[in-house]
Amino acid sequence: MSAQLDRLGLAFVAVLAAAAIVVPALALATGPESAFHIPPYLVQLLGKYLCYAILAVALDLVWGYCGILSLGHGAFFALGGYAMGMYLMRQIGARGVYANPILPDFMVFLNWKELPVAWWGFNWFPYAMLMVVLVPGLLALAFGWFAFRSRVTGVYLSIITQAMTFALFKEFFRNDFGFGGNNGLTDFKDLLGFSLQSSATKAALFSASAVALILAYWVARAIIASKYGKALTAVRDAESRMRFLGYRVENYKLFAFVVSAVMAGVAGALYVPQVGIINPSEFAPANSIEAAIWVAVGGRATLVGAAVGAIAVNFAKTWFTGAFPEYWLYGLGLLFVLVTLFLPKGLLGLALRPSGPKPPAEAPAIAIEEGADP
Amino acid sequence: MSSASRPLSFLIVRAAALVALALTMGLALSPVAARADGLDDTLARFLQDKFPESEKAVAELAAQAPPQAAAILNALGDNRLLINPTDHIVAYRTVAGAILNAKTGEPIADASAFKKVRVNNALRRAIDGAMGSLTLANPDPEKRLAAAENVFKARDAKALPALQTQLAKESDPRVANMLKLARAAIVVTSGGASAQDQLAAIETLKARGDEDAQSLIDQIAQKATDPQVKAAADSAMSSIHTRLALWRAAQDLWYGLSAASVLLLAAIGLAITFGVMGVINMAHGEMVMLGAYATYVVQILLPPWLQNWSLAFAIPLAFVVAGLVGVAIERLVIRYLYTRPLETLLATWGVSLILQQAVRSIFGANNRQVTNPSFMSGAFHLGGLEITSNRMWIIVLAIVVFVALQLVLRATPFGLQMRAVTQNRRMAAAMGISTARVDMLAFALGSGVAGVAGVALSQIDNVSPNLGQGYIIDSFMVVVFGGVGNLWGTALGALTIGIANKVLEPLIGAVQGQIVLLIVIILFIQRRPRGLFALKGRAVEA
Repeated sequence: MSAQLDRLGLAFVAVLAAAAIVVPALALATGPESAFHIPPYLVQLLGKYLCYAILAVALDLVWGYCGILSLGHGAFFALGGYAMGMYLMRQIGARGVYANPILPDFMVFLNWKELPVAWWGFNWFPYAMLMVVLVPGLLALAFGWFAFRSRVTGVYLSIITQAMTFALFKEFFRNDFGFGGNNGLTDFKDLLGFSLQSSATKAALFSASAVALILAYWVARAIIASKYGKALTAVRDAESRMRFLGYRVENYKLFAFVVSAVMAGVAGALYVPQVGIINPSEFAPANSIEAAIWVAVGGRATLVGAAVGAIAVNFAKTWFTGAFPEYWLYGLGLLFVLVTLFLPKGLLGLALRPSGPKPPAEAPAIAIEEGADP
Repeated sequence: MSSASRPLSFLIVRAAALVALALTMGLALSPVAARADGLDDTLARFLQDKFPESEKAVAELAAQAPPQAAAILNALGDNRLLINPTDHIVAYRTVAGAILNAKTGEPIADASAFKKVRVNNALRRAIDGAMGSLTLANPDPEKRLAAAENVFKARDAKALPALQTQLAKESDPRVANMLKLARAAIVVTSGGASAQDQLAAIETLKARGDEDAQSLIDQIAQKATDPQVKAAADSAMSSIHTRLALWRAAQDLWYGLSAASVLLLAAIGLAITFGVMGVINMAHGEMVMLGAYATYVVQILLPPWLQNWSLAFAIPLAFVVAGLVGVAIERLVIRYLYTRPLETLLATWGVSLILQQAVRSIFGANNRQVTNPSFMSGAFHLGGLEITSNRMWIIVLAIVVFVALQLVLRATPFGLQMRAVTQNRRMAAAMGISTARVDMLAFALGSGVAGVAGVALSQIDNVSPNLGQGYIIDSFMVVVFGGVGNLWGTALGALTIGIANKVLEPLIGAVQGQIVLLIVIILFIQRRPRGLFALKGRAVEA
């Protein structure tokens, strides 16, 4: 299966690379009357799907290969998004409603006099990009260090990650936390001097997302193929045994978790300029759980499958919520139930016929289940 | 809750209305001979329909205290006082609708020539004060108490003489105390009182020791020139301050207890299912939500005369509905996922989405209001504590559910089997326990209890399709903290988290409090990965 996956991965990268060139070309070079024209809104929508796909790849790295079902990856995504949003907010400058050259509108509205420390430096693009990587990475490092060291695994870990994103969700809702409260950050004007409204910028952002997805896939693939990756997979399958063999299990997990969080942060940073807003609802636990179902639909431990699942589910969501808004939640709910019950390996598992030795089933995730096997 | 925050002025008006009603009825029975010409002059002031004149009339009525004064004042306050300037007649309409001559109490047939006397807020305040002093002499001690309280709130200096008179002959200690307080309040606010009076006032206020007293003493302290008075005021302030702080802490503790009881109800079902099966039912919150909607349905279906007994129907119905849905989830979904606990999270999350949407389709997305039965509405005071009945009964319910579950677990064969499966599933199966059956029943029990939690929640919260969403994380925290081996752990976990939450809330804010708790729990898991009451034995630790 691994060889098949690698071939699939190559095809995936090729398709993405082609899309990164063809989609902008079609969007910009052809007029609206052409049959091949891709309207700007569609470019934007596809770019959004690609960002979700990066998040899915990040989640697959920890869930599929390390057995950590994080139900809080949306938090890393949103934090990356906020870092980018803060840069975009500072770029508005005096063009805001209140025309304050330094303070974003919502701060003027709240009658604040000076820029909070957390916002310093965000007018400088490289610093903002550093924060896109650092903030989710450091949060994952601190959180994972505590969680993995105390051997919080399985269901416990899932719920605690969910609690993490829930806590951030509530915190970001508060106005005095200093990140726009309920409304979040929006009304962005331009990125690096390019107007976000222009089709060229939209096309460029799409290409950037495609390249980022290729990079994320490549990094994840490289990690998994390495000796370190083998150990990681072993931790997933038999954590206690690895520990007894002398591996520092928590370090392996921590590394994967932090890398994955950084990927999610980058995805969020690319997402925000394309949708034009970031607000606390991105932290909602439901978002993180939805990301898990993308991975499950596509197929865990396949990376390509995760990306495909994210794009497929979100395409279905766009179509469904347009056509039958009442029934989308039924559909999504059924998707959760049916995929877990009948498609444990996801769509890719259906498509790929196992050729090598059967991969071991997922290890019982917490010790209690180990004794509780029926 | 709503009754607790009901404005006090409303209560005052109601008390006054009662007094007035009693007086009016007395009047109707025995028409009283008009007293003195003073009353004529007083009533004549109303005829001018000018605010200053009316105010004078009110003060005079309070001073003369004719038997019909309360009725007249009340009528004035309620826009029921009528005047006929051409014939020089003042009359009032009773609450029942009859029109009576204000002086003689005789009925008047034709009301066409009358117009209403205008009232403004200043006048209403004067009426309140006058009503207070009027009823101070009421033979019923309860009414005197209410009247004294009235004067205390209104702080009307004009009531002072009546107050002094009554205080001299007052026999009921409670009323006397209240009268002293009222006097103190008047002394403080009117100014120009002697140092002696001020000291006495401080002493009385200190004994009362609530927020009203605090603000009054503060006023004394600011105005006082006499150093002795100032010192007394300061010491009284600090004494009241400590006292209030203590009561506030007790109140926080009570809120914490109330939050803990809700948490316990929501978490205890989860503790059972998680303990027995090791899987988290993400739709557990939706079981709570179903219970709340069951209460709503009961409220709609019951005839009005049974509404007070709605909970007697709602609790069993909620238990059965949530339990049946739980069994369905277990049989159709969870059963197939026992070896894959992480996927159970996702599948049950899907179930919760479906349940939410189903409820939204059936009942609509809007909040539904469930009314409290009469014994659960209102509030009472216990010292400086304000205790709302619904929260108190929820605590009682939590205790009852806890005890009942302990009984089921300890004293029934099913409970024994459940504990056996929790401790060592394989061994239990080997001993002939049908683990599948135990799983199903445990799931029914856990979900049913969640339904009962929903009944409790419907009494304090809005019933909406999202009702259960917030509870899964909190409930899981409780279970993690308490450990799965023992329901006492769940109870202790709920108490700790509930109280810690409410104690942290005023200190650092609600959200930060929750974040701090989250961090504390993560740190706590470091030390005790399996909670406070961990299962022990070989089967537990891998």
